Amino acid sequence: MDYLLEALHVTKVFGSLKANDDVTLKVKPGEIHAFLGENGAGKSTLVKMIYGALQPTSGEFRWMGKTVTIPSPAAARKLGVGMVFQHFSLFEALTVAENIALAMPGAFDMRKLSGRIARVSRDYGLPLEPSAVVADLSVGERQRIEIVRCLLQEPKLLIMDEPTAVLTPQEADQLFITLQRLASEGCAVIYISHRLEEVKRLCHNVTILRHGKVVANVDPGRETAASLARLMVGGDIHVVKSAREDRRGAARLKLDRLRLPADGPFAVELRNISLEVRAGEVVAIAGVAGNGQQELFDAVSGERSLAQAAMLVIDGKPMGHDGVNTRRNAGAAFVPEERLGHGAVPAFTLSQNVVLTRHSSDAALVRSGLVSSGGAAGVSERIVRDFDVRKGKPDPEARSLSGGNLQKFVVGRELDRRPGVLVINQPTWGVDAGASATIRQAIVDLARQGSAVLVISQDLDEIFEIADRIAVISRGELSEAYPASGLTSEKIGLLMAGAHEIRQTSGKETAHAARA
Amino acid sequence: MRLVLEKRAGASGRMAILSPLIAIALTLITGGIIFALRGLNPFSALYVFFAEPLTTSWSVEQLIVKATPLAMIGAGLAVSYMANVWNIGAEGQLTAGAILGSAVPVFFPEFQSPLTLVLMLALGIAGGMAWASIPAFLKNRFGANEILTSLMLVYLIQLMLDWLVRGPWRDPKGYNFPKTIAFTDWQLLPQFQVLPPSIGPIYINLGAIFAVAAAVALAFMMGRTLKGYELRVQGIAPRAGRFSGFPREKTVWFCFLLSGGLAGLAGICEVMSTVGQLQPGISPGYGFTAIIVAFLGRLNPIGALVAAFALAISYLGGESAQVALGISDKTARVFQGILLFYILACDSLILHRLKFIGRRPRLAEAEA
Repeated sequence: MDYLLEALHVTKVFGSLKANDDVTLKVKPGEIHAFLGENGAGKSTLVKMIYGALQPTSGEFRWMGKTVTIPSPAAARKLGVGMVFQHFSLFEALTVAENIALAMPGAFDMRKLSGRIARVSRDYGLPLEPSAVVADLSVGERQRIEIVRCLLQEPKLLIMDEPTAVLTPQEADQLFITLQRLASEGCAVIYISHRLEEVKRLCHNVTILRHGKVVANVDPGRETAASLARLMVGGDIHVVKSAREDRRGAARLKLDRLRLPADGPFAVELRNISLEVRAGEVVAIAGVAGNGQQELFDAVSGERSLAQAAMLVIDGKPMGHDGVNTRRNAGAAFVPEERLGHGAVPAFTLSQNVVLTRHSSDAALVRSGLVSSGGAAGVSERIVRDFDVRKGKPDPEARSLSGGNLQKFVVGRELDRRPGVLVINQPTWGVDAGASATIRQAIVDLARQGSAVLVISQDLDEIFEIADRIAVISRGELSEAYPASGLTSEKIGLLMAGAHEIRQTSGKETAHAARA
Repeated sequence: MRLVLEKRAGASGRMAILSPLIAIALTLITGGIIFALRGLNPFSALYVFFAEPLTTSWSVEQLIVKATPLAMIGAGLAVSYMANVWNIGAEGQLTAGAILGSAVPVFFPEFQSPLTLVLMLALGIAGGMAWASIPAFLKNRFGANEILTSLMLVYLIQLMLDWLVRGPWRDPKGYNFPKTIAFTDWQLLPQFQVLPPSIGPIYINLGAIFAVAAAVALAFMMGRTLKGYELRVQGIAPRAGRFSGFPREKTVWFCFLLSGGLAGLAGICEVMSTVGQLQPGISPGYGFTAIIVAFLGRLNPIGALVAAFALAISYLGGESAQVALGISDKTARVFQGILLFYILACDSLILHRLKFIGRRPRLAEAEA
């Protein structure tokens, strides 16, 4: 038995799309094996087949040398395969132990289970309090619950789907130690990522996928980040030219002690957020997901109204009480995180979606209450041309576009207006490298032409690529904005963990801050 | 072997059109089975129920009479449901409109001029709007579920109608029957002859013209105007609607006032034509049946106009089945319920497809 898992000529077809095309790869026990590829390269499809959530169209899997079919995740777990998904499936109102108990087969003794959880989490350096309620935990801690849940079933193979996307650099370091420890005990790890540095640092073996095919199987130690990137995208990636310089223009967007109460038991309250974005600069807000980014976007865009008009000032005008359209008419533009259902209506065509954000600011789109479909089509064609949106039909429904192309459209729709202030949440989330580069370049170009740009992002590489100044949000509080040139990712990591939080807190909350 | 619903890649345009037709076919089959179980010949029973109402000019006239309120209310509900505002209380708004409009002949029986007609219709619309504004206010102010509030208000206004016609508004010369005085002249809707006597004279009243006008106007609003765009966005992607800057509270008001106003108009038109006075039971559940009309018409106002005829047949069929077959006219309600059930079931085929899964994977799981 040389290999734990072998995939032989595995093909998965969805309609006319070959998500995996004749994939052959081998994973040894105790090996950390990376699947590297752009979004849509077929990584997720492949691991879903290994985990039994999907069935291959043709080809076979071998487990410890024997041919197996894996009809369901339950069968996969029985074989010894565990998986930690990118999106956690946890009940926020339950405790850590209760969440884990829900996933355990058969009867269990709650007290014994808590003991096992405590032991496993200690052994593998995954500090967890079994009686803590999930809603109070950071994303990193929630991920630990998922990992511990897998480890309790003593897996031989652990699949991690982009685990560091939601972690601070320090949390990621801790995770790597855990994974290395697991590997040293003989457990194989399949590690899905598109972060090259991480893969180089952690993994023993890399399988690179492109358009569903295996294009290379290499030793990451012998490759550079650049050579891995070339294999991944099949060419050189466009480098964003930001021509960073300190042009201190007038403040075009100003947040002044902005406060917003939480609108649900698990929502984040914004406290005393102050920030100035000047003409000509890109300011980025870094932070781990779920620390108030969504709330901040809603407050700045006007989807939620503020208590005082002066909390939000656009080009010198207090606009905290105004709705999103009034702010748009004052020259601001907004791009939300979620493309489908927020930034665009999935069932509407692209030209209908043009009307969504421009009906009040664009006189050519609406004449005396009637929507001008010709006017909308004209704008849509211009956006498609300028931002190289690839589509199958002349005017397709938004949901039929790939993530990257729809994002180019949604960003293009706002940039096409030449806004004086642009606020954009997760500009390249789930977008392939080519489209990301186009979007980032367009954002930087807009700022250099005199607009103020505020970017909210979880992707530190992206932030360092485009931002002139960086602030960090953590549990609803925003740090000072520091010049990007003077910041390291370590310093940002500390800020993400709440080093700047100055709020006077009770003992319980301080303990949380320390743990987070 | 098991049957699963699998999500389609996109909405199926073919199924969106086929779904109501499949639903109608399934309703007929189920109806045939029910008739057969009662010991009737299913084919002749279905003929009596669904085809006979179309054979004489008199019954075509009746069909239009029944379809008029259904189309008028259904078109308003279609717009409202499209925007994700669930007005279930059209029956109550219909009643409120009928009551308020009837106040004119009850209090001023001598007031006879074209203005009487206009005033009664306007008060009918106002009554429906006023009754619909209660759930709209409760929804916006307290977040109360409009499905519950609008439905419960139906029973309230029906009891108020009952009290009025048995008490203060009762016709003093009406031998104690629970009804108001009979309306006359300008208190009734004018009638028009649309087909010459050679084909069979068919008369329609002003209400039918209102129904067509309302459906066409609402279809234009939904398809071409920014208001229609706003309502559609809020219905299919509420988050995008908020991002678009369309205030949700205004939409709730708009939809309730629109659908309530049309229901009120349908109510006053009923008492000003077929009924001719205010009495309990002015509507055989038009406000509830219009919900089915809206869905059968694909939440499209023009579609509602077409669907209104399909449901009107079920009312007439119920009446003729009572006479010819000796079964309860409540059978019509059964058919309407079955139809709604099948439409909603078939609509899931627009976004999903049925797929049979063989046994093999189960066995493999046992081996693993």
